[in-house]
Amino acid sequence: MNAPRSVGDVTPSTARFDQPLRLASGVTLQQFDLVYETYGQLNADRSNAILMCHALSGTHHVAGTYAGDPRSTGWWDNMVGPGKPVDTDRFFVVGVNNLGGCNGSTGPSSIDPATGHPYGSKFPFVTVEDWVHAQARLADHLQISRFAAVMGGSLGAMQALQWSLTYPDRLGHAVVIAAAPSLSAQNIGFNEVARQAITTDPAFHGGDYYTQGVIPERGLRLARMLGHITYLSDDAMMEKFGRDLLADQPRFSLDVEFEIESYLRHQGDKFTTRFDANTYLIMTKALDYFDPASQAGGNLSAALAEARARFLVLSFTTDWRFSPARSREIVKALLDNSLAVSYAEIESTQGHDAFLMENEDYFAVVRAYLGRVADEVGA
Amino acid sequence: MIRPDLAVIAGWIKPGAKVLDLGCGDGLLLSHLQQAKQISGYGIEIDPQSVVASIRNGVNVLQMNLETGLSGFDDRSFDTVILSQTLQATKHTETILRDMLRVGREGIVTFPNFGYWRNRLQVMLGRMPKSDAMPYEWFNTPNVHLCTLEDFEALCGLIGARVAERLVIGPQGGSVSLYPNLTGSLAIYRIQPRG
Repeated sequence: MNAPRSVGDVTPSTARFDQPLRLASGVTLQQFDLVYETYGQLNADRSNAILMCHALSGTHHVAGTYAGDPRSTGWWDNMVGPGKPVDTDRFFVVGVNNLGGCNGSTGPSSIDPATGHPYGSKFPFVTVEDWVHAQARLADHLQISRFAAVMGGSLGAMQALQWSLTYPDRLGHAVVIAAAPSLSAQNIGFNEVARQAITTDPAFHGGDYYTQGVIPERGLRLARMLGHITYLSDDAMMEKFGRDLLADQPRFSLDVEFEIESYLRHQGDKFTTRFDANTYLIMTKALDYFDPASQAGGNLSAALAEARARFLVLSFTTDWRFSPARSREIVKALLDNSLAVSYAEIESTQGHDAFLMENEDYFAVVRAYLGRVADEVGA
Repeated sequence: MIRPDLAVIAGWIKPGAKVLDLGCGDGLLLSHLQQAKQISGYGIEIDPQSVVASIRNGVNVLQMNLETGLSGFDDRSFDTVILSQTLQATKHTETILRDMLRVGREGIVTFPNFGYWRNRLQVMLGRMPKSDAMPYEWFNTPNVHLCTLEDFEALCGLIGARVAERLVIGPQGGSVSLYPNLTGSLAIYRIQPRG
């Protein structure tokens, strides 16, 4: 095995789809673009492709860097590359920006061909299932009839799970990391506070702020700050920031005083420069709507009866956003259907964010699992 | 080479059975059963490195703690539940055995026989026994519930389990039938819920 390396400089591509796509909401998108990146080589029988699905704020830029910008590392670069757990010496890896995104795929900030203006509030809500249908179009475009694996963390993992239901014969394996089979009321509650922060920002203009020359920066910033609290565990936060003050003494002011405040403000600020508020709304709604069991009378086991894939399910001990118990629900439903599944509960202090972090046990499991997958497809 | 108890277990498993292996270690038993008996199997294992080894061996493994119970598993959801060389290291031994027979139609249990004469001799000579099957010192052993054949059968009676089959293996790897509680170093039981 070679020492892990970066995939190096990468270039995104855009695929245009002119066949209308009917969405779960009933709305039809007449045409759409998906921006994507690929790493590694597709083998002769086109059997070694892995689709990487991104989470709430992710993009198609999974690994590598853009030429001339060494800081532009992909969001799962520690996981994907030559000699890494998702080994691009063996697999052809596809990263795609989802519909409704703000990184090049058709989304609320794109120009609506019908009006010549940004979609804004007119952009339809999309679901995880819609994304999977759109991703399948991309697979067709790349002439991949079946993925060796579909993989993701958090909202990305929900797409992997959905793939096994929507296109059971088009994937060999689903790698489902830090997921839940549906959001809890608490999860939806957090999302709603985030959405309210955005929609009550005076700069939101009902979602049509693009033409006003403003962005609902304050709202988006608050939404992201709230999100970050739920991504970390209490322990990880204490470990990282404690009650440390920036100054020696309390200043009895509303300025930034504690390290954690500084961190959250920084994360919030950074986010507003790279993310679109409407996309944030759409993505959180997609999370809220995700509930495959609802199509089988609330019975997840019955919903998974269609699945044919083999599964790797991973959770992290301190993840309270999508706790291990939620992953075990998925495992239970897979067992009820006698489907092949391995499950690991990774010891980590990092909370939900752990799925993005390097961790020896975590990476060893993914490496071992995908090593088998690679052997299977002769990669 | 597969351990002698594993070969016996394989002989007792019906082809195509649904099998749960509690404390599956590196997964070699399940991997063997998959090839030899086309079973669909799952292992339960707590140790992260063993989980990785099981995955590498192509086995379905679920990282869970046996001691907190098999509460996630439905009654009679497996044909056979195996507890291979794990019994002696369990803390809630009685609960686990009861749960095995709830979740599975039958259980297969293997353990080192503490009544084996070499073990008795070592105790008689004043030291805690050590052997290939129990290679630990008294102060670092994971084995907290060692037992003899008779002890185990008494527990089966207590929890309402019937011994359907028993095979006792001697130090050479062959089965022994004369004074097995004295001459056998490894016990292999097939147990079923009574009635």
